[in-house]
Amino acid sequence: MRFLDVIRFSFHSIERTPGRTALMLLAMGIGVAAVIVLTGLGEAARRYVTDEFTSLGTNLVIIIPGKSETTGGMLTAGFGGTTRDLTIDDAFALTRNSQVVRVAPIVVGAAGVQHAGLEREVPIFGTTTDMLTIRRWQISDGQFLPRTDWSRSSPVAVIGAKVRSELFGKGPAVGGFLRVGEQRFRVIGVLSPEGRSIGVDTEELVIVPVAAAMSLFDTQSMFRVLIEAHSRESLPAVKEFARRTIRARHRDEEDVTVITQDAVLDTFDQIFTALTLAVGGIAGISLAVAGVLIMNVMLVAVSQRTNEVGVLKAIGATPTQITTLFLAEAALLSLFGAVLGLGLGLGGGWLVMYFLPALNMAPPVWAVAAGVGMAVATGLVFGITPARRAARLDPVLALARH
Amino acid sequence: MSLICLKNIQRIFQVGDERVYALRDVDLSIEHGEYLSLMGPSGSGKSTLLNLLGLLDRPSAGVYELDGRDTTSMDDVEQAAVRAKKIGFVFQFFQLVPRLTAFENVELPLMLSGDPVGARRERVSAILEATGLGDRMHHRPDQLSGGQRQRVAIARATVTGPELILADEPTGNLDSSSGREVIAILEKLNSDGMTLIVVTHDADIGRRAQRRLSMIDGRIAADVHEAPS
Repeated sequence: MRFLDVIRFSFHSIERTPGRTALMLLAMGIGVAAVIVLTGLGEAARRYVTDEFTSLGTNLVIIIPGKSETTGGMLTAGFGGTTRDLTIDDAFALTRNSQVVRVAPIVVGAAGVQHAGLEREVPIFGTTTDMLTIRRWQISDGQFLPRTDWSRSSPVAVIGAKVRSELFGKGPAVGGFLRVGEQRFRVIGVLSPEGRSIGVDTEELVIVPVAAAMSLFDTQSMFRVLIEAHSRESLPAVKEFARRTIRARHRDEEDVTVITQDAVLDTFDQIFTALTLAVGGIAGISLAVAGVLIMNVMLVAVSQRTNEVGVLKAIGATPTQITTLFLAEAALLSLFGAVLGLGLGLGGGWLVMYFLPALNMAPPVWAVAAGVGMAVATGLVFGITPARRAARLDPVLALARH
Repeated sequence: MSLICLKNIQRIFQVGDERVYALRDVDLSIEHGEYLSLMGPSGSGKSTLLNLLGLLDRPSAGVYELDGRDTTSMDDVEQAAVRAKKIGFVFQFFQLVPRLTAFENVELPLMLSGDPVGARRERVSAILEATGLGDRMHHRPDQLSGGQRQRVAIARATVTGPELILADEPTGNLDSSSGREVIAILEKLNSDGMTLIVVTHDADIGRRAQRRLSMIDGRIAADVHEAPS
């Protein structure tokens, strides 16, 4: 038999029973669409979270004062009581490595900020020039903190977009003055409003040089030190370097927690991948159900077409040829079902994206391939029993039935 | 050498506790090109013998040689190949595939053997033209009369050029004029060299064959060679 003849013959019989074919395609289509939409959703959630993390900066090593007792490595790492301060000199010492590209210390506090009689309580962020690059922030007006000696406290500030609009209204902000606590700061720049990363809303931030923040809050201790490594591969080395450096400076006591963006990211990545697989698997069950349906439909087809099988045998069809013809029919049904499901699934994804633009609902290629592949595979697997049954029919009995 | 040689053929069916002899001790030789009718009451074993000759059924004992080859030792695949090449079946109820057109029904055996599409088309068209169905080629069986259906079935049985045509009550479901047409076509094929075996209840049709077998209770009761009356 020729391949095209097999397809044509099977297609004929699918075409001549439109009701049964439509139901079958619907069942298979729903199964495939479920796999595509659900894995697409899982994948979109995973991508959303990783993108959020990546926006914190890539290749980051984060130093947190205090030794974390847990191994979770999350940002909630412990604030141990009896530890040494993580000082600005500690932070500066971390710049002395060829694998380290940038270092930015952070001091955080909250203070009232005043301008022209208006006052707002906002988070104050004390940091250095390189923070802009490390966090991928954008400046919409003016400039970011100038590059100076870290320990020099100059009275300049960069403000978030919301702070700007609330304190300065429609008037110009750059060049204006703010009162933060007891000190006056000159506004030198405004951050772009889109910069929103996990944990910090940059729109409500006032950023000042680190030394200024230290004197504002009367502290020597950094809240965090961020290190940007040269590449992803150099992360372990940088991590080790940071740990050793701080340890040497803290009388051989390991009183800081060093985490990488990677570790956090990997954890989320794993969680969401597992989630995607789980929902994909659940959707896969509907494919198996569709497979059982195919088997049922094909069994009915075989018993309805007993005569035909008898004729085929009488004109010289081998058992293999008869198996092939019925199996091809099951395969075609599931293939068309898969194509329908592909359309439904991609269409469904598009609808989700239309209503929830934040989710990038591109279903992973492997899930689409697995959905379609599984559909055809179930068609074949569940088609085998009916096809074999047809091939084994006794031709004399088959022809005797009317 | 005979086309068909049956030696001591038995066909036994197990019905409950009882063993039913559909065929017992059948010895028979049929030469190339013979025209043979097979008559007898219902249950006498005619159809069983025909199915056996067509390799749709296997004897419980005995040897069946077709064209010098022992068929009883063949497996399903070999038997299918012999059926495809050497045997054509014509049935009482036509047994056309209802969803396929006349053309496609006749094309089936050639499709199974994997003949190229072009050659297939020519052959099928030619044989349908020859049986007077040129203008009915693309009709489905339910759009054809009984006589036309049987002619399509004969075309399907003979499109591969078999040596042996087995017809099981070919006129049993037809009015007498269509029946005469069908018999005429089968006899034409026989005069062209095909061996023809017709199972029938109709004595008028049975008498047309040069050789007439009558069966009773699974045995061949009479084997008459005679010029057609």
